[in-house]
Amino acid sequence: MDIFPHDILLVGGGGAGLRAAIAAAEVNPDLKIAVISKVYPMRSHTVSAEGGAAGVAKADDSLDEHAYDTISGGDWLCDQDAVEAFVKEAPQELLRLERWGCPWSRQDDGHIAVRAFGGMKKMRTWFAADKTGFHMLHTLFQTSMKYTTVERYDEWFVTRLLVDEGRIQGVVAIELMSGRIAAILAKAVILCTGGCGRVFPFTTNANIKTGDGMALAYRAGAFLKDMEFIQYHPTGLPFTGILITEATRAEGGYLVNKDGYRYLQDYNLGKPEPKPVLRSMELGPRDRLSQCFVKEMERGRTLHGPYGDYVHLDLRHLGEKLIDTKLPFVRELCLKYENIDPVKEMIPVRPVVHYMMGGVDTDINGATSLPGLYAAGEVACVSINGANRLGSNSLPELLVFGARAGRAAAEFALQQHAAGSAVYTQAEDERRGIEALLAKIGGTERIADIREAMQKIMEKSAGIYRTGASLDEAEAQLLQLQERSSRITLDDHNLTFNTQLMTALELSFMLDVALSMVRCARQRTESRGAHQRSDFPARDDKNFLAHSMVSRKLDGTAQVEYQPVKITRWPPGERVYGQPAEKAAQG
Amino acid sequence: MAETIQLEVTRYSPEKDSAPSFQKYEVPLRKDWVVLDALNYVKDKQDGSLTFRWSCRMGVCGSCGMMVNGEPKLTCATFLSKYAPGPVRVEPLRYFPIVRDLVVEMSDFMAKFRKVKPWLVRKDDKPLSEGEFLQTPEQLEVYKQYSMCINCTLCYAACPVYGLDPFFIGPAAIALAQRYNMDSRDQGSDERMDILSQHEGIWGCTFVGECTKACPKNVDPAGAIQQYKLAATMNWFKTLLAPKAPR
Repeated sequence: MDIFPHDILLVGGGGAGLRAAIAAAEVNPDLKIAVISKVYPMRSHTVSAEGGAAGVAKADDSLDEHAYDTISGGDWLCDQDAVEAFVKEAPQELLRLERWGCPWSRQDDGHIAVRAFGGMKKMRTWFAADKTGFHMLHTLFQTSMKYTTVERYDEWFVTRLLVDEGRIQGVVAIELMSGRIAAILAKAVILCTGGCGRVFPFTTNANIKTGDGMALAYRAGAFLKDMEFIQYHPTGLPFTGILITEATRAEGGYLVNKDGYRYLQDYNLGKPEPKPVLRSMELGPRDRLSQCFVKEMERGRTLHGPYGDYVHLDLRHLGEKLIDTKLPFVRELCLKYENIDPVKEMIPVRPVVHYMMGGVDTDINGATSLPGLYAAGEVACVSINGANRLGSNSLPELLVFGARAGRAAAEFALQQHAAGSAVYTQAEDERRGIEALLAKIGGTERIADIREAMQKIMEKSAGIYRTGASLDEAEAQLLQLQERSSRITLDDHNLTFNTQLMTALELSFMLDVALSMVRCARQRTESRGAHQRSDFPARDDKNFLAHSMVSRKLDGTAQVEYQPVKITRWPPGERVYGQPAEKAAQG
Repeated sequence: MAETIQLEVTRYSPEKDSAPSFQKYEVPLRKDWVVLDALNYVKDKQDGSLTFRWSCRMGVCGSCGMMVNGEPKLTCATFLSKYAPGPVRVEPLRYFPIVRDLVVEMSDFMAKFRKVKPWLVRKDDKPLSEGEFLQTPEQLEVYKQYSMCINCTLCYAACPVYGLDPFFIGPAAIALAQRYNMDSRDQGSDERMDILSQHEGIWGCTFVGECTKACPKNVDPAGAIQQYKLAATMNWFKTLLAPKAPR
């Protein structure tokens, strides 16, 4: 078995992974750093982020206001020390990307332009038209090539973390091109694998978003945190789930029901104005807007299509010029995938699974509960997003905490000695397991059948609204699927680029992640942010101003305990949007 | 519209086959399906060994480029119904070595990509505390289209020069170099010029413009190549006219 030693491994080559790699390389040029990614880094899902990246930039704004918007947007489940670090470092990180060449949109005078975003009281969202994630990722990837100490394992798939002597020692991974299985050793490992939207049937997430890092950490004994908080973005295209960015609403788009009525006014989100009003109506937070859609559907005021109910996003009044300058990708996506022109027609949209607030539990420097293991970006839960992430906070998050994790992992790695021989045994075990799966014949289950069944269960039972009964049922069904998945057989027994083998392993990751979500959701008997329990409709600060911490017990079952939220300066308050919010802010 | 359509897909496993061949699959012909949806249908329901790359399904990750009826296409952005009644021939991107089925070898492209120094070169950097480099919307517009490349490599599969001369650095890499050269913040165009003019491939390009036609993101690599030739020629003239040191 091949063994490749390094000091620091990045698992995942998206925005967080590349930022962390550069940060680690800058700590010490002698560190041997490697980025392992199951796709070429520029294919990573950061590429799909559209609207922008928040960071205080203008004189009328302040760090405290960004912090307050984030914390109230997260329904007070954010750790406020993390939020304070985040809002302080976000502008510097965005500026650093400017220095690396990111083509940020500009004002006429050449300074950075900012736009409004949902749940934000000030304009502070930096953007590169409506391809912000694409430009950030390509800037980071291209810049990372300057750092010659950063090696890459492109198209390698990590199957297991190696743990010995109470600390992380590396990973086992499959090289897709050849099928060889190798142990890649390191003194510190940073998980940057992103989210897990593919656990659900209808998602903005790319095919690669299968929760790998979450499952790897969980199996290695680390805590996952707040897994019940799953963000539905209010505006996805039906069928494809393609995201129509919140920037459409920030630029002045309306959400209307089947009667052409701006229905958000009926749900305590303010009064409809012709121009966008910050923290109001269409610029309310994503959890509220997605919940309003369900209520509107229950009232029979949505439209019916072949892929479920939908409402309309109306951009027609914005005009062709603004759409082409600020939202060109939205127009392109609508034309290419939906065959409609938003300049002339309304866009059909419905809520779509978009983002995981929860993830691998980390401290403010990305350190997990397992020494030497770090996590940053969507895979991690620091937590700055609490019960509901505000749009445009995830891109600066991956920069700020990617950089922090990279630096912290570098410092950690410099103090460690190389791995002991016990990890070789573990790695060999893992290799034998994968080879057995590859060689197995006579199974009776197809991967896609189990995956589709899982996705249906999650949408039905753990979607925008949940109940104790629906979650109990989901857990039982998921356990059955886990059992069925042991009878999977592969059609493909080749070593070369065996994507079916990878898909089978991804499915087992997703089933672990789905079970952890259902477990956490079942036990949280309150409603907060994106976690809405129809049987417990109120927020319960007395019992649940706390993070769900889920870990795997020795018998393989999930155990949930709680850890208090860190409050620094903003005691829990009521979440208010629309006009009353202006009063509250002034008061 | 017929209820099904036939796909003819390249199959090749280096472990089993001496040469690529075609395999036929019958798939539902649905109005809102793209070619990639049909491939996924095959993989999920009929033959899990069919191998291809894909990820975002929204035309921005650049993974799913293939030849569809002889033309380089992003299969996530190419509707199946366009090819009715079929059959639809799906092959790996032309001119690249085949790894397996529809997957091609990318490492040559990745090496070329890095060669052009695709990062912002500054000779006089300033601390972050001094704020951003100013850049007007007009200055942004000058290089913007070149920054839209998603590295899907459709332009290589369209490029007759690359087909004849695999050492040609190729359309996307040159467009990427030009993305930085034309960025008002960059000071590295001389270094990149040295790299690009080392190889003759660029002069082999006869401005057929196939790369620009194939680009799904409206980047104009052909234009970038012509700008490069012009700049290289100007540099060469400058060296002729420059005063020479005495021998």
